[in-house]
This record gives sequence, C-alpha cells and structure tokens, in this order.
Amino acid sequence: MVARAVAWRSIHNTFTNPAILLPSVIFPLFFLVAFAGGLSSVGKIPGFNYPPGYTAFQYVFVLLQSAAFGGVFTGFSIARDFESGFARRLLLGAPRRSGIVAGYVIGAAVRGAFTAVVVTVAALVAGMRVSGGGVDLLGLATLALLVNFCATLWGCGVAMRFRTIQAGSLIQMPVFILLFVAPVYVPQKLLSGWISVAAKVNPVTALLNAGRGFVAGRPVSVGLAFALLAALVAMFAVWAMRGLRSAERAGG
Amino acid sequence: MVAEPGPAGTARALAAKGRLLDQVLVLARRSTLRSLRQPGQVVFPLLFPLILLAVNAGGLTSATRIPGFPTSSYLAFALAVPFMQGALFASINAGTYLAIDIESGFLRRLALTPLRAPALLAGQLGGQLVIGAIGAILYICVGLAFGVVIKTGVAGALVLLALSLLVAFAFAALGALIALRLGSAEAVQGIFPLLFVTLFLSSFSLPRELIQVHWFRTIATYNPVSYLIEGLRSLIIKGWDGQALGLAFGIALVMLVAALVAAGIALRTRLVRT
Repeated sequence: MVARAVAWRSIHNTFTNPAILLPSVIFPLFFLVAFAGGLSSVGKIPGFNYPPGYTAFQYVFVLLQSAAFGGVFTGFSIARDFESGFARRLLLGAPRRSGIVAGYVIGAAVRGAFTAVVVTVAALVAGMRVSGGGVDLLGLATLALLVNFCATLWGCGVAMRFRTIQAGSLIQMPVFILLFVAPVYVPQKLLSGWISVAAKVNPVTALLNAGRGFVAGRPVSVGLAFALLAALVAMFAVWAMRGLRSAERAGG
Repeated sequence: MVAEPGPAGTARALAAKGRLLDQVLVLARRSTLRSLRQPGQVVFPLLFPLILLAVNAGGLTSATRIPGFPTSSYLAFALAVPFMQGALFASINAGTYLAIDIESGFLRRLALTPLRAPALLAGQLGGQLVIGAIGAILYICVGLAFGVVIKTGVAGALVLLALSLLVAFAFAALGALIALRLGSAEAVQGIFPLLFVTLFLSSFSLPRELIQVHWFRTIATYNPVSYLIEGLRSLIIKGWDGQALGLAFGIALVMLVAALVAAGIALRTRLVRT
C-alpha cells in the first residue's frame, strides 16, 4: 500500500513535470548522438570487432547509463522530498516504512523503462543493427532493470542519510565515474594504460560485455554480470534500509 | 556622456572612469569571494572536466590509430576540451549568481545606488573570470604533468590562457544575458543541458574530417564551438595556425560583444521593471 502510493506519486511527478523528466531522457540521447555519431570512425580501429556496428556498441553503454541515471535522478527527488518536508510527513504516516524505499524503487524503474524505450527507438532510427534474439533482448532488459535498482538503492541510501539536495554530487559522481572507467568507447582488449587496469576490476565492465554480447547474439560474461548485479542489489538494499533507519532516527 | 573640453573636463572624465573602475572592482571582489566561499561551486567545475579528460584520454587512446589522426597522444588532443567545459560552467555560474541577485532583490537595491550598469555587468562577470583563470592554469599544469608537449611553447601557453579567458568571458556574458532575460536561477540551470549540447555536437572528440556520420559532421561544421575548440587545440598539437586562431578569437569576440550588448539592453529593461 505504502509502496504503491509512493511509486504512484513518484511516477506522477516525473511524467507531469518536464523539468524532472526531460534531463533523464535528454542526457542519454545526447550521449548516444555524441558517441554513436561523433565517434563512429572509432569502429574502424584495427582490432575493433563488433559485428552489429558502432551504434549498437554505444547503445548498450547509453542504455545502462540511462538506467543508472534514472536511479540517480530518483535519489535527487528523495533528497528534495526531505528538504521540502514531505518525507517527514511520509515517515510519520507510513505504517510500514520499508514500503517507502520500495515505492521509490518502483517509480525509478518506470522512469528508467520510459527512457530505455526512447533511447532504443532513437538507436534504431539511427540505424542500429541488432543480431540478438528475443531471449537475448530480455536478458539485456533485465540487466538494465537491475542496474536501475542498484543506482536507485544507492541514491536512496545517500539521500536518506544527508537529506539535502546538496548531496546530489555525492549520489551522481561515483556512478558517473564507475560507468566511464569501463570499456565505453572501445572493447576491453583495446584499452591500454591505467584505464585498462581500472576496467578489469570495475564491475561495470562485465555488465557492458554482457549487454553487448546480448545485442550481438553471442552472450558473454552473462553469469558473472548477473551474479555481480545480484550481489550489488543486495548490498545497496541494506545500504538504503540503513539510510531509512538513519532518517527515522533524525526524525525525517 | 560627452567629455567637456579643457583640463576640468578631462579631470571629470578621469574621475568618472575611476569611479567606474572602483565599482567594477568592488562587485568583482564580491563575485569572486561569493564563488570561492562555496567550494562546491568551484571544485566541481574544475574537477569534472579533469575527470572527463582522464576517462576520455584513457578510453580513446586507440583512436590515435585512425588513419589521419593529427597526433599520437589523445590526451594532447583532448586537452582543449576542459577549457571549453570550464567556459560552459562559467556561463552557468555567472547566470545563476545574477539570477539569485534578481530573485533576492539585491539588483533592485543596487538600482537605488549610483552604480552604473556596465560596472554591474563587468563586476558580476569578473568573479567567473578569476575562476576561469584558475581552471585554465590548472588544465595546462595537468597536461604538462602528464606529458603533453605544447607545440607552440611558452608563448603558445600564454595565448592558450588568453583565448580560454576570452571564451570563458564570452560564455559568462551569455549566462548573464540568460539570467537577465529569464530572471530565475532555476531557469538558468535548466538551460545548462542545452549549452552542453553545443559541446557534444562539435569536434570535441575527433577532428571534423574524421567524423564519418555526415549529418553529425555538418552540424559540427556549423557549430561555432567546434572552432573555439579547434583554436585552443591548434596551439597544443599543431603549432601556430593563423586560420584556427583567427576563427577562435574572432568567434569568441563576436560572441562576447553580442552577449554584452544584449545583456546591457536586458539589464536596462530589468532595472526599469524593478
């Protein structure tokens, strides 16, 4: 009941307020245009071997990035709810407060799904080739959904601890850095220097490899990617619930 | 105002200039301190371009293997981009601070003083120029520390600094114009993604001649930001390129004059309104 009410409010706010919806849709589109359009000749580098092409290669990154940023922007909304005093009233009125976290997670998933559809349509219009079948695409969608859960739970935990929109950079920057310290522009084997070392230990690398494998119809690192995501979702769920307890102790 | 002929007129004109300079300095000091007192407003605009530079230079090293790529170091190629991002942040910060002054009624109170409109604009933008200068010096130092060799040498580094300040000033003036037209800090922040698009749709990641997608190359060719970046970049990777520098300085100057004139008109309207 609480989860449904919070989710409905979150979805309603997102889709009735362009200032909330547009950044989370426009930014991934900018990235898709800038990377798939401006960097297309990177696909011609010797050793770059991704049959569906550079647009599809970048689409997977932009899709996962938009899923993550759907969660980050929801973190901002939670912080704003605390600043406006709404969250305090919510904490007082909710019989089961874990439902608040669940509601925000559902709201973020709907927001992420909308952005994912827009990004996918844009990529297809731009000429993206998809070699994967239905099961592969379902795998890709699940991957994006779990990334969205992770980012939302992370943002939720930070927002509930700091309870101010000034914590926005703290929510955003680690996600941004993790996403970019990965094989964003070229496959992992073409990376060199410090970023090659960093990408090896970055969990996002496995997620990108799995996502690109799904689109190419040649799944790779699937078990590793889903195991990592399951662990991250569990870890950030604990982080978010502890954030909720922190907010409760502070009285919202 | 036309100065009277003779020593008395000259003295009065000099005194007026002195007063104008004093006003500019007082407001520039306020603008600088205001920025420096909010570390979030200083550190993020300085740090974010460096983070992006690090990940782009790391991730796109192999792009230098594309036939025709103008340098063997992607870091050197990409070093021009932080200067441009710094200018975009200058734009948004200058606009936001001015909009906050409008919202809080500070501008209205200033209108009751003998402060002159040009002093108000110059002073407000002065703070962003200081941040811009700190950023430009930082980016040059970081580049040099990580092995970038500036082809044009010390003189080129100074021209790079001058061009980046001119670009930052032009974008800060644009931010001020937006603030004066819209009068709301939130609206100014909302414009930020649109300004960022101009960077994304430029030759910031590859030289224009190597962009394969035709429509993207066409947009990048018509996008003035491409020429600002190419001017900055030419000093680092090419040497003295008169055409690239002429275009960059010319575009930045035209932008600055146009934005200042339009902002001056908007300020007069805003002061009448308030």
